Amino acid sequence: MYPELGQLALILSLLLAGLLSVVPLVGAVTGRDTLQAFARPLASGVFVFVGLAFAVLTYAFLTDDFSVAYVANNSNSLLPWYFKFSAVWGGHEGSLLLWILMLAGWTLAVAIFSRRLPPVMISQVLSVLGMITVGFLLFIIITSNPFDRILPNVPADGADLNPLLQDVGLIIHPPMLYMGYVGFSVAFAFAIAALINGRLDAAWARWSRPWTTVAWAFLSIGIALGSWWAYYELGWGGWWFWDPVENASLLPWLSGTALMHSLAVTEKRGVFKSWTVLLAIVTFSLSLLGTFLVRSGVLTSVHAFASDPERGVFLLGLLAITVIASLTLYAFRAPVVHVRARYGGLSREVFLLLNNVLLVSATLLVAIGTLYPLVLDYLELGKLSIGEPFFNLTFSPLAVAAGLLLGAGVFSRWKRTDGGWLGRKLLWPLSVSVLVTAATLMAYGGFKPWAFVGVFTSTWVALATFWDLWDKSSSRKGRLHGLKRQSRSYYGMILGHLGLAITMAGATIVSNYGIARDVRMVPGDVASVGDYQFVFRDVGERQGPNFTAQYAGFDVILDGERVATLYPEKRQYSVGMSVMTEADIDAGLFRDIFVAIGERISDQAWAIRLQYKPLVRWLWLGSIFMAAGGFLAISDRRYRLRHKAAATKESGKPAPDSDKPAGVYS
Amino acid sequence: MHPIRKKRLTIVLFLLAGLSIAVGLITYALRQNINLFYDPSQIAAGEAPVDVRIRAGGMVEEGSVERDTETLKVMFRVTDFNASVPVEYEGILPDLFAEGQGVVAMGRLDGNGRFVADQVLAKHDENYMPPEVAEALKKAGKSATNTGPEGSATTY
Repeated sequence: MYPELGQLALILSLLLAGLLSVVPLVGAVTGRDTLQAFARPLASGVFVFVGLAFAVLTYAFLTDDFSVAYVANNSNSLLPWYFKFSAVWGGHEGSLLLWILMLAGWTLAVAIFSRRLPPVMISQVLSVLGMITVGFLLFIIITSNPFDRILPNVPADGADLNPLLQDVGLIIHPPMLYMGYVGFSVAFAFAIAALINGRLDAAWARWSRPWTTVAWAFLSIGIALGSWWAYYELGWGGWWFWDPVENASLLPWLSGTALMHSLAVTEKRGVFKSWTVLLAIVTFSLSLLGTFLVRSGVLTSVHAFASDPERGVFLLGLLAITVIASLTLYAFRAPVVHVRARYGGLSREVFLLLNNVLLVSATLLVAIGTLYPLVLDYLELGKLSIGEPFFNLTFSPLAVAAGLLLGAGVFSRWKRTDGGWLGRKLLWPLSVSVLVTAATLMAYGGFKPWAFVGVFTSTWVALATFWDLWDKSSSRKGRLHGLKRQSRSYYGMILGHLGLAITMAGATIVSNYGIARDVRMVPGDVASVGDYQFVFRDVGERQGPNFTAQYAGFDVILDGERVATLYPEKRQYSVGMSVMTEADIDAGLFRDIFVAIGERISDQAWAIRLQYKPLVRWLWLGSIFMAAGGFLAISDRRYRLRHKAAATKESGKPAPDSDKPAGVYS
Repeated sequence: MHPIRKKRLTIVLFLLAGLSIAVGLITYALRQNINLFYDPSQIAAGEAPVDVRIRAGGMVEEGSVERDTETLKVMFRVTDFNASVPVEYEGILPDLFAEGQGVVAMGRLDGNGRFVADQVLAKHDENYMPPEVAEALKKAGKSATNTGPEGSATTY
């Protein structure tokens, strides 16, 4: 009976979410406090019931209840318990339930952590989040019920989780990614609430900033995990394929990055308001677009689960309603906003504006490259694909431009920066970067134009960031005092920018100096890749929990010494009878050694892929830095203090059109 | 001009500049990086361009896979059951490459009607059929026999 409890919990949460989307909003519009007071309890209620549904599904997986169709399709009694657990979001229905659980979680978090917000604002924000929840709950209940049963012919065992997904990466990748996707709904809700109120002020920017930053940090981790997973689990050592599904997650990340920066300007200087609010709408719409692309089956990839046209249409409908409704609201309300602040041609405002232009162009570019083939196909104008060269060619210049701009931008001042002063400031980072880049390229064995540009840009970003820290931390009471005096959000920014530099350096070096060789080898053969020798020792067989594997033993030798022994595998899964390549990697901070075995060519011979991947770990290390920067920034004291200050100010003087933020500082 | 309008104009100009750079790059990059899809019938009829990077796909013909035992060279034929095209590939084939399975290959046609592939994609599920292949088969009047029941097309 208990799976029906899950279904019931979903329906109850739909009812509560329906109330949440209407009651507090009506309260806010009519000014009735009693109705607004329902917002927080309803938000908690939605979370509790969605959580209950999720718990029921998890229980069904852990106890191998194959009477539930979704469990039967995505699990098997032989799976280890942790994969049974992660199989909960291994298919369409469950991953959607996870999405909704995250949404309910974010809504609850807003309800809990925004106690200092004016009640009108919080009612509207929670109502908007409630509306989104209603949309997705309807979607899951109508088209993708995870609790559908197979009765009375209960299968004896499940069809197993796709072997590709039986991996640690999958346990954490989707939750992180969804935290990011769904997190942008909060920034969106704040933007909509601000539009309804007509109070797009610095206080609004300050409230949405930490939420945006934290969602962005989760998304960064989620994307990095996906890339890391593709690197070792898809078997062949690529880390970014410009696959539409990857692009779907990159789109909200790019526009979310733009949003973070323009929110900074809106908070500090009170300008770019309409732009910022538009970016908040766009970012969340792109999250929805990502969900649509990935979940509707219009794309074919690891992530495209069951394709069912009804689902695609429903999601597209949700996306269309969100975009049209919010843009209509924007069109009517945004012009109310007036700009009063002034800034000069070389001010930090302008640098951040350029940053936004570049990031939005990059977003547009990735969007066109991703959607163009889909649209053409839909219009039956032919089938084509846009491959990696397109994205590499167009994306790289924008990334480089953004990096170069960043180096100059960190030194710039609000309102105006003296051109000559800025030029002198940049002279040192510029010359040191050139030297470092030349040395790096020499060490890696030769000049390549793109390698030069990439390494230069990342060194430039890193140096400028440190230089700025050095400048800012100079103090009469000593360096240490100066360093301590800097705020956490400043250190957050430092970490974020360093993370970008690290990721760029990794991407540049591994794409330019990585070596991959496909070779035919028989046991006893030696092949060399760069300075490394690979000795193919032997072939063996072993038994896993739900697969049998053939493995090959490799000794990796550098300068006559063995540095690693690797055992790549070819796994045959017993349930689906599918074959999986399991690469083996000797990981290091400065290089990875990667061996994967392909098919058996003859009795003795195997096709083998050997790879040397310099700095590949930096790709993901950089994103850890970025995410850490995000989390550090939101722990800044000023958010808590200013919340209080803002709240007391507003409760004393309800002036919705006030353009002066609670603290104007430059 | 009013200072605010002037400011707005600058913003708009900045945006336009950024967008036109983006669009310029896009058109430049698109020109050489669009890969059109052709099915075996089209290729056999000579509709596909020679020595241009294209995608081709269909089923791997039963009994057509020939493997060189000394190198990584593989030869096979891709068919839509109306016509078939010989494909040559050197490298490691994906795990799910097998006779009777759907594949998509990227590469160029040489002058002799042979498709020289630099990339072969087979999807990671035995029930899965690449949509291009499914459609190519449908066009050729064959039903895609191993397209799984609705809902089982999990993927790669």
